[in-house]
Amino acid sequence: MSMDLNGVYVMWLREVKRFIRSKSRIIGSLGQPLLFLIALGYGLGPVFRKAGQGNYLAFIAPGIIGMSIIFTSIFNGMQVIWDRQFGFLKETMVAPVSRLSILFGRTLGGATVATTQGTLVLVLTIVAGFRPVSLVGVALGLLIMLLMALLFSALGMVIASLLRDMQGFQLIMNFLVMPLFFLSGALFPLDHVPEGLLLVARFDPLSYGVDALRVLLLGHGVFGLAPDVAALSGTIIVFLALGSYFFTRMEV
Amino acid sequence: MAGAPPLMSCDPTAFLPCPRALGLYNGRDASFYRYGLSYRPGNRPLPGDILAPMDAIIAVEHLTKRFGNNPPAVDDLTFAVATGSIFAFLGPNGAGKSTTIKMLTTLLRPTAGRVRVAGHDPAADPDAVRRAFGIVFQDPSLDDDLTALENLEFHGILYRVPKIVRRRRIQELLALVELADRKDSFVRDFSGGMKRRLEIARGLLHHPQIIFLDEPTLGLDPQTRNHLWGYVKNLNRDEGVTVFFTTHYMEEADNIAQRIAVIDHGRIVAEGSGQELKDKTGTRSLEAAFLALTGNTIREEAGGAKDRMRQARRMWSGRH
Repeated sequence: MSMDLNGVYVMWLREVKRFIRSKSRIIGSLGQPLLFLIALGYGLGPVFRKAGQGNYLAFIAPGIIGMSIIFTSIFNGMQVIWDRQFGFLKETMVAPVSRLSILFGRTLGGATVATTQGTLVLVLTIVAGFRPVSLVGVALGLLIMLLMALLFSALGMVIASLLRDMQGFQLIMNFLVMPLFFLSGALFPLDHVPEGLLLVARFDPLSYGVDALRVLLLGHGVFGLAPDVAALSGTIIVFLALGSYFFTRMEV
Repeated sequence: MAGAPPLMSCDPTAFLPCPRALGLYNGRDASFYRYGLSYRPGNRPLPGDILAPMDAIIAVEHLTKRFGNNPPAVDDLTFAVATGSIFAFLGPNGAGKSTTIKMLTTLLRPTAGRVRVAGHDPAADPDAVRRAFGIVFQDPSLDDDLTALENLEFHGILYRVPKIVRRRRIQELLALVELADRKDSFVRDFSGGMKRRLEIARGLLHHPQIIFLDEPTLGLDPQTRNHLWGYVKNLNRDEGVTVFFTTHYMEEADNIAQRIAVIDHGRIVAEGSGQELKDKTGTRSLEAAFLALTGNTIREEAGGAKDRMRQARRMWSGRH
């Protein structure tokens, strides 16, 4: 199966155009991170400081960025289900471009959107009082965000290829997306948690993304930058492979 | 069909050129865009090619599709569609029309049998077949969040229509389906009829040799239906596009199609011109002929055993 750049380009362009147009979606998806920042960052901050763990707002800022990326990317990937219901999927399935290029285009488009959203949240955290340690860290952090966005967009595509309609949405939300977020160490430090929870976090790709962001934006992490990047890259390849397997076999 | 000349796709170098090859776009032979990279000069038949009439653009032999252990949805179909003709594919709900169209348009793989669409096998060489046809699905397949123009542009890029050709073609088609003044409106604001027209324009954008229309007039008012068939007839006449359509409106099929195949329970029960079908069944309207051929019972999505027995009786009784 080959790659057709025009197919990749069209699917990417479509995602980006739809994102830029939906102002309400952009602003709406900033609401939840803002709420988390205020309620947890300011609310739990004093307790966190008393426990000798330092600035909680700074600690959860990378976690909140990660949250916004995982939600945006997975929902973008699941857009395929809507396209199936509204028929547009068929238009792409009978086009003379490989399904692999459709999959890659959509994944890239979703990742572009999610990275942009993550960057907006980063700006929001800075407004709320978060100070990243270095500009280089911020620049490299954007690359990590792109990796995370690719990873979860690909995961969204895998899910969408397996579901027939939006009925399973709640299931995915409550048994996959929420656990991925809450068990990742986005909201609590992983270095003092019980063994069991740490083990779970080690299987959660979001843990590595958030950890890498902490290394770059705060200057310290649990796993280390190299293992983080390796884990993220490896998982992207696995999800893309799974996605292309299921997506190319999907019946319209 | 022994002895018939081999099926060939429209060959611009042949003694009798196909009608479309005469039309020049941007100084180039239209077939250049139609065939893209798959174009083989001479298009000689390959050893596996099906024998069908010379002018058949779609040729189907013993086509069968089975889902699991159910009775076949499409059962040993054999038919051909002449290049440049208008062909109606009629049948009650669940007769196997959509399954057949899906197999012709590369969306489903046949269980058995052979198919040639524009000289290529949809299962073996889907991209060559995909370049050769345009399709208007039963349900809308536009992106509601894009404008009419963007929907067309995206289609053009997906099908690699060169930019200059694409721009001009989009203008032409928008004028043809009378949507030129609405090109920058979002599709979500369009009525059902406007969406259908836009889909027809999109299906024709890449200069297909064949256009499949799966119940294109479903749910449209008589005015819109009338207009729509007007466009289709003009396209067939002016661009030489082969039209393959399904409908439940028998008078449409009777007025427009040069040839009609009636399918029921996955088998072709009759084929011919509208007049031939009426003569064969001794009826006055195509609707009466259709009912005579397919019975009066209302169909569920999959026909029951009783329906199949009734149909077998009808088929055998016609062979005395």
